[in-house]
Amino acid sequence: MWNKFVFNYFNWEVMAQYLPKMVEGFFLTIQLALAVVVTGILSGLFLALIRAFRLRPINFIIILFVDVLRALPPLVIIIMFYFALPSIGIRMSGFVATWLSLSLVLTAFAEEIFWAGILAIPKGQWEASRSTGMTFVQTLVNVVLPQAVRITIPPLTNRTIAITKGTALGAVVAVGEILNQAQTGLTFSYNASPLTMGAIAYLILFFPVVTFGRWVETRFAWKR
Amino acid sequence: MEQIIQSFFNIDIIIAASPFLLKGFGMTVLLCLVVIPLGLFGGLTLALLSTAKNRIVKWLVVIYVDFFRAFPPLVLLIFIYFGVPFMGIDLPAFVAVALGFMLNTSSYYGEIFRAGIESIPRGQSEGARSTGLSAIQTLTYVIVPQATRNVIPDLISNTLEVVKLTSIASVVALPELLYAARQAQSVTYNATPIMFAGLIYLICLWPIVRLLSRFEHKRVALH
Repeated sequence: MWNKFVFNYFNWEVMAQYLPKMVEGFFLTIQLALAVVVTGILSGLFLALIRAFRLRPINFIIILFVDVLRALPPLVIIIMFYFALPSIGIRMSGFVATWLSLSLVLTAFAEEIFWAGILAIPKGQWEASRSTGMTFVQTLVNVVLPQAVRITIPPLTNRTIAITKGTALGAVVAVGEILNQAQTGLTFSYNASPLTMGAIAYLILFFPVVTFGRWVETRFAWKR
Repeated sequence: MEQIIQSFFNIDIIIAASPFLLKGFGMTVLLCLVVIPLGLFGGLTLALLSTAKNRIVKWLVVIYVDFFRAFPPLVLLIFIYFGVPFMGIDLPAFVAVALGFMLNTSSYYGEIFRAGIESIPRGQSEGARSTGLSAIQTLTYVIVPQATRNVIPDLISNTLEVVKLTSIASVVALPELLYAARQAQSVTYNATPIMFAGLIYLICLWPIVRLLSRFEHKRVALH
């Protein structure tokens, strides 16, 4: 029983054989995750700043965009980009489809969080800075934003972690990240050890991130 | 424009595929009805365990929660569905999905319930105990109801994520909405079923998203 378990899940031969592929997948996951985090948070922040100008037609579009992306499952968005768009002549690689989908989802969530942060800053802060002669943009960027960002850190960190884990969905559209490499390894070797390696790779990658998120939550509590 | 309508919003294909998609939708609903209560129950259990005085129990709960929060749900699902059969145990797709979701979502729900329980002042528990309620009665009648009320927005938000997450069951060939849509797409060579499935998700989940947005703005306004 024990031998069978070790043979199927911790088979050193199989593991050694697929290690290079897994390392490749590991770095691809990191690349994809970083690309998603940077694009998503920056565009979310950008949209929240635009929303602060309170231009009705533009805000309506932002809210619509955010709502749609919060309501659709990320996998559905990825599949739309990868399998549906080609029928009107728009083709993209699995990597681009995954990056784009997850970035859009993170943009939507980050916008909501940043916007909630901006709203949380008391009106007096706005009025006081405007009365010192600062312009609207200066007030927004130099006074409101720094305070808003501080309170958005815990929810934003947790949401970012949750969405970044979605990089595994790339396996469905043939992105050679960790899960995809593990599944390919499993099919070729008819042994579950590549999956074990994949699981370990995710733990190495995300366990510290989750622990970091827990620390952030206590360090910058939502209530000051 | 003509081409977009032909490829994405083809009425004939909607009509042809809708019985199939409705069946998929039914499976998605069934999956939610199984998975959400399991997750809530598991999460509440974890949160109650984390109030235990025993340090080892507390510590084990933290490890469990962080462990399953570190795994992407799809990885967990693939591991259960394709990995476990190597031990000679064959799990039907539905059971594999329910198990994977239970492990994953209970850790998220657990964190939410824990935050709720921690938000209840100690005096509540002391007061309840001093009236002669037992520890379990205190939790059941005093702490948990108040804790739950305090975290309702987070519970709804997490439930929304769980409902969206059921779409990954398509990867292990469980015939839910997304799977049905992809099957229909490969039969008809047309992307309309996928767009239609997206529309169904949107119609069902948009009201929840709006509601959550309300909650979030209200919470901020309370500052």
